[in-house]
Amino acid sequence: MKDTRATEAAIAAADLNLVFQTGDGAVQALKDVNLTVGRGEFVSFIGPSGCGKTTLLRVIAALETPTSGSMSVNGMTPDAARRARAYGYVFQAAGLYPWRTIGGNVRLPLEIMGYPKAEQAERTARVLELVDLAGFEKKYPWQLSGGMQQRASIARALAFDADILLMDEPFGALDEIVRDRLNEELLALWGRTGKTIAFVTHSIPEAVYLSTKIVVMSPRPGRISDVIESPLPAERPLEIRDTPEFIEIAHRVREGLHAGHAA
Amino acid sequence: MTSVADIAAPGAGAGRTGARARRWLRLRAAPVLAVVLGIVALWYAACVPMNVKETLTFAERAGAEVTPASPSERRAMGRWALVAANPGHLGGSFALDRPRLPAPHQVVAELWTTTVETAPTSKRSLVWHGWVTLSATLLGFGIGTALGVLLAVGIVHDRAMDMSVLPWAIASQTIPILAIAPMIIVVLNSIGLQGLIPKALISAYLSFFPVVVSMVAGLRSPAASQMDLMQTYSATPAQVFWTLRLPASVPYLFAALKVGIAAALIGAIVGELPTGASEGLGARLLAGSYYGQTVQIWSALFAAAILAAAMVGTIGALERATLRRMGFAR
Repeated sequence: MKDTRATEAAIAAADLNLVFQTGDGAVQALKDVNLTVGRGEFVSFIGPSGCGKTTLLRVIAALETPTSGSMSVNGMTPDAARRARAYGYVFQAAGLYPWRTIGGNVRLPLEIMGYPKAEQAERTARVLELVDLAGFEKKYPWQLSGGMQQRASIARALAFDADILLMDEPFGALDEIVRDRLNEELLALWGRTGKTIAFVTHSIPEAVYLSTKIVVMSPRPGRISDVIESPLPAERPLEIRDTPEFIEIAHRVREGLHAGHAA
Repeated sequence: MTSVADIAAPGAGAGRTGARARRWLRLRAAPVLAVVLGIVALWYAACVPMNVKETLTFAERAGAEVTPASPSERRAMGRWALVAANPGHLGGSFALDRPRLPAPHQVVAELWTTTVETAPTSKRSLVWHGWVTLSATLLGFGIGTALGVLLAVGIVHDRAMDMSVLPWAIASQTIPILAIAPMIIVVLNSIGLQGLIPKALISAYLSFFPVVVSMVAGLRSPAASQMDLMQTYSATPAQVFWTLRLPASVPYLFAALKVGIAAALIGAIVGELPTGASEGLGARLLAGSYYGQTVQIWSALFAAAILAAAMVGTIGALERATLRRMGFAR
């Protein structure tokens, strides 16, 4: 029973531990993490700094190796999943290459993965359209605002059609107005593409607004203190944030954060 | 202050080019010109006390009454005292054949006659000597840059090279070039290499260092998240190098090239000193000092400075063009 669920799940972690050896001794970054994320879910990881939410995302991406326990992505090891191009990763900083145009940046993974030229052009045009950046293909990153740069970096992660999108505080450096709009656009994009999205944030409203599942984490050692399945409908206008349901979930997230901190 | 007058003045409608030229003149050219004029004035002033003994000897030969009259007494006196005692006989300060300090116009005249008025194929032509030095500089700069880039690539990709190469590179630069240059010349001469190649190798020895240091920094300049991004694509080290590390290092490379080409010129000139070479700016400097030809020394110095400025300027122009093409410039 458990095995079949693991193969069906997009992301499954069992008894996952990760210990960093630092100059000051061992630091337990993740402790006994158990988590299953189904295909097509939008899962947010929320918690204070040092709770291991980014580390967990990096384990999924095979950028860190767990000390014990197992992690499977699309039923494979994270390493195999990466080679199978199972995920696209969006970092907090857009990290576009200043010497490449927006189109050139989106094309980067396609070039590295060896797509034919014609397909590169076709895919680049398509994902730029998807993030509403059609017509900016020939612009350089410095000619775009911070929000537009982050949209371009999302397009870059979408370019090679991975089923999973891993996002590490992608809107953390943007102002609230831009962030609201990008949240709305991200939800629309998720609805259109049906991808599984794992989203790290430290904003409670952002987590509640976006997610079908909210994973609340607490620090020292980094662990999951609560997993909330959101009862909010799939269709979510920004005004949903004023409804009692929304406020109730936000309250539960806050309680979870508080409990984790007191422990 | 002038802006209102500019607009009101007839012909102000000549357009933006005129306004831009005036702006350039006021903001860029004027300060530089003021400094140059100050230096030239100071230089002329310095010629008087520096050359006073030779000037007075010259005046005496021409029949003037110089105080004190005996050369041995004059030798014992200070320069300022001689200047104060002979205010009427200092006219020759700027026209001596072998002055201690030649006047600016003497140096300019020498530069003019040895470049424009002498055929470039003549051994008396500064263009010829400059070309001899320039060719060694450019060859050495090319070798040094290639070596520097290769070493940096090795240092960034290989842990053993990372630990071992840079300390040696730094140690190599602590040896005075004047000490090692003759040895390079002698050793290479014993295996039959002379002329251009030894000088170029000394140039390379000086110019590889800034390139190594800068390129290591440049190749390591991509942020951790950019390296992580490449890893999420399962990019090979070669792909990381060509698509990320190398383009990111280009601004660093140009900064190093400007330092490197100036160092290469110094290397070539120093390489011409110990050989008794008869060609090149270094040879002109040495010959000038053997024969007390200060005008020749100063004109060779200025030729070297002009050459260096031209080379650094060329690299600066290449830098701007390249960075603009790459999209770095805004």
